[in-house]
Amino acid sequence: MNDLLRQFRDFFVSLKLTVVLIALSIVLIFAATLDQVNLGIWAVQQKYFHSLFVLWRIGDIPVPIFPGGYLIGGFLLVNLIIAQVYRFKFTAKKSGIWLTHIGLILLLIGELLTGLWQEEFALRLDEGETKNFSESYRSNELAIIETTDPKFDEVVAIPEKFVAQGEPIQQAKLPFRVVPKIYYPNATLAARDANTPNAAPTPATTGIGLQASATPLPLTYKQNERNAPAAYIELAGPEGPIGTWLVSADPRFPPQSFAYAGRTWKIAFRFERSYKPYSLTLLKFSHDRYAGTEIPKNFSSRIRLNSPDGRDDREVLIYMNNPLRYAGLTFYQAGFENDDKTTILQVVRNPSWQLPYISCALMTLGLIVQFGIHLVAFIARRRPAPSVVA
Amino acid sequence: MKKFIPLFVLLLGVLYLGRTLFPERSASPFNLTAFGELPVLLNGRLKPLDTVARSSLMQFQGRQRVSDPADRAPRVNSPTEWLVNVFFISSKADSYPVFRIDSPDLLSLLGISEEDAKVSYASSSKQFMAVLGFLPSTRSRFSYEKIAPKIPELERQAKLANPIDSAVRTPFQKAVVQLYGSLVQYQQLKHTLAPPTTDDFLAELLRFQKLLPTGIAAVRAKQAGQPHDTATAQAMIELGQRYLFMSEVTSILAVPPASGVADDQAWSTTGQSLLSAFQRGSVDSSVLAYAGLGYAWRQNQPEQFNQLVDLYRSQIEKRFQLQLQKTRAEVRFNAAEPFYASMTLYVFAFLFAIVSWLKWPEILGRSAFYLILLAWLATTAGIATRMWLEGRPPVTNLYSSALFIGWGSVGLCLILEAIYQNAIGSVAAGLTGFATLLIAHHLSLTGDTLEMMRAVLDSNFWLATHVVIVTIGYSATFLAGFLAIIYILRGGFTRSLDPASAEALGRMVYGIICFATLFSFVGTVLGGIWADQSWGRFWGWDPKENGALIIVLWNALILHARWGGLIKARGLMALAVFGNVVTSWSWFGTNMLGVGLHSYGFTDSAFMALILFVASQLALIALAVRPLTKWRSFQSR
Repeated sequence: MNDLLRQFRDFFVSLKLTVVLIALSIVLIFAATLDQVNLGIWAVQQKYFHSLFVLWRIGDIPVPIFPGGYLIGGFLLVNLIIAQVYRFKFTAKKSGIWLTHIGLILLLIGELLTGLWQEEFALRLDEGETKNFSESYRSNELAIIETTDPKFDEVVAIPEKFVAQGEPIQQAKLPFRVVPKIYYPNATLAARDANTPNAAPTPATTGIGLQASATPLPLTYKQNERNAPAAYIELAGPEGPIGTWLVSADPRFPPQSFAYAGRTWKIAFRFERSYKPYSLTLLKFSHDRYAGTEIPKNFSSRIRLNSPDGRDDREVLIYMNNPLRYAGLTFYQAGFENDDKTTILQVVRNPSWQLPYISCALMTLGLIVQFGIHLVAFIARRRPAPSVVA
Repeated sequence: MKKFIPLFVLLLGVLYLGRTLFPERSASPFNLTAFGELPVLLNGRLKPLDTVARSSLMQFQGRQRVSDPADRAPRVNSPTEWLVNVFFISSKADSYPVFRIDSPDLLSLLGISEEDAKVSYASSSKQFMAVLGFLPSTRSRFSYEKIAPKIPELERQAKLANPIDSAVRTPFQKAVVQLYGSLVQYQQLKHTLAPPTTDDFLAELLRFQKLLPTGIAAVRAKQAGQPHDTATAQAMIELGQRYLFMSEVTSILAVPPASGVADDQAWSTTGQSLLSAFQRGSVDSSVLAYAGLGYAWRQNQPEQFNQLVDLYRSQIEKRFQLQLQKTRAEVRFNAAEPFYASMTLYVFAFLFAIVSWLKWPEILGRSAFYLILLAWLATTAGIATRMWLEGRPPVTNLYSSALFIGWGSVGLCLILEAIYQNAIGSVAAGLTGFATLLIAHHLSLTGDTLEMMRAVLDSNFWLATHVVIVTIGYSATFLAGFLAIIYILRGGFTRSLDPASAEALGRMVYGIICFATLFSFVGTVLGGIWADQSWGRFWGWDPKENGALIIVLWNALILHARWGGLIKARGLMALAVFGNVVTSWSWFGTNMLGVGLHSYGFTDSAFMALILFVASQLALIALAVRPLTKWRSFQSR
């Protein structure tokens, strides 16, 4: 082995590195916890844990100021694996350490995969309503829907980031160009009518935008709020502009219909949708409270689950601590609104959800074995003492 | 002879504990104990009136005794007696000083001058004591009468302060919100069984009962526009409005469900029950029973009072036998105050154990061990009683976590002491036992500590596994830290830490950290599994989860640093003390952020205490890393 390689190995095999990495991760987690007050949990995860470096913006330049979760986790992983290979022979005495460390390696890999693969959606259902899609918690899309044929809709969905870029968008299925004029990442809506004579002139030339206007708001990071972006969208055919619409992702803002070239369309800014090959119907949502209080005792949603192939047609009850796992997705009771008539289910896809269970079982077993060995040795050392005195 | 001294101490301790189980019979001819055992449904739990009285007083004024510093004799003999007066003779109750106000700004808002607050003692010896500070020279508790004239202004201030996030309220705003909340609850109590404005509610109800058939007919006729007795109809409508008001003011459900109603939880307020009398045509017997009790109390007729209590009790016992058994036990438990008794025992044990390092190690060490054992058994009994009352695993809220952390760490100390017999375990037990019970006492000031579980947390299986195990992890990490403090103080400032003791302490700290690593890891993992089961993600980087993870990482760091030879004895101690900081952050600090799914126990008054604690721990760490030559125990060698 040449010198460089040996130095490299010695660096990664050392316990000092382990201690430093643990200390760094403690600082990282602590800082991330404090920053949740400002950024909310989701943004904190992106900034601190799902990153190589924690970046600090000085002016417009992001400067790395601290190793991020991927970097510390990666080093820890290398440290563990190399130490395992070079330092510990597999003996009965070290079996606890082996189990614990292999468990930890799996846990780190599992957390990496979760960060890469996990997707979360919300499914809002009114009582009696049926849906075959769920909606993203954070992403939005501009949907242009052709409704000419009453039997089906043709949807063109444009992700929010293209709207934000403001470049004209040409799509083969649309006989017109989509030109985002103004885009607000978060906005509030206000009425423009006789009561508001001083309202600013609206860029909209048709639709709801004539009676309403959007005002930008700062982005929110609160856990119980989401940003509602708004935009003024111009549609332009070959012969010139068709009109400019105000659209907003605020759920109260309805899709707007229009006709062009003898076909009918709808335009809407909405939460990004993820369609499923089956549908859920909310039969009943229940919200029990303790007698004489507002303290929630239980939430539950009685759901009918249907798949078009007819294989599944059954009722399920989703309630606290009892999710439905179906087709690689898990449906959890997450919330409710609309005076207990609407349920909000959280839909999660996490293909690596079993890894933490396995790794934690290994680590628990490893720690018990290792400390058990210590304890037995300790007791064995103490026991002979009296006989010597006697 | 000397052998018997520890046994004698043990006997004294047993007698002390035994005495708490048999409270003195009060001199009052009224059977207030039986009254205190009567159940009401409040905050979702069926609880005895005694608990309502005690938790209300704790919330209003931070203690259960009702007295004024000027005359030391208590105004009432028991919390229940105070509550009976609130229920039935509100003019008397309004004169009791039970609202604690510390904020000078709030006092001046309420028009209470320094002169009003000043205590003037009659005897000159007491005056002297007050000058020395042994007796309070100013009042901090005031009666409703005193506050009443300024309630409209207080209400205005409360409306101003309420929309402000509780974390950023000024001390004045906090005081306003707190006092206003207490007054609202006081109004609720006053309207629980009878309207406070009447002198003879029983007579009113009997009149109402008699009037009901004709009255209902008159009101129906009036509504239909037919001829009717206007006076009767008018009287009925006025009574209806009166009872409607009563039902709106209070949320204390004092009237058990009628025999035809199957739902055991369908209790109602007195006002609701009286309103439903309009449909039923008769007044509920429970309402009448309470009105009768009120009459007997006001007329000072103990015999009738006692008979009525027994009668009412046997009436509801038919349906709520098990619940009444529990309320009776709860009243016993309240009176015995096992945690208070344990606190006293921990103090004595701590003193004995400390002195045993200097003199009579055998006698005092053994005595301390016995007292710790007794105190631990008393807290065990107390926690077990709470579990039975609630039907829950031991840790359900911040208060019970404090009890359980103390219980766990004292339990570990008992094991250490049984092995090493060098009084170190007893000192640590006395310290942690007392400190955690003190914290628990301060956490009990927000009201009844047996709370209903919110839906998210309503899972006995996970409460019994994740919460219990992670709490034991907290206990062990704290214990390692406190053992390290003993090492630092004893080694640094006395000559009593001989090599054998130092070596033993090192082993103890190491062993306890291993234990802490295991439990905090397993507990945290079980939390992850619970989260995966109920929220769909194993790990969400929620503050409480992060706090627990930091404890695991910190313990792992200590172990790796030691295995790698990076630290020796003093380094181990310094790191173990920092474990206290890490654990207190996870226990309290994360709740103060007010974000995340776990922020169930927010307490902002604890913030200063936390800062002070952290500062003290850092100072201890600074002591630990001084060079060996500065340590008195190691100088001579």
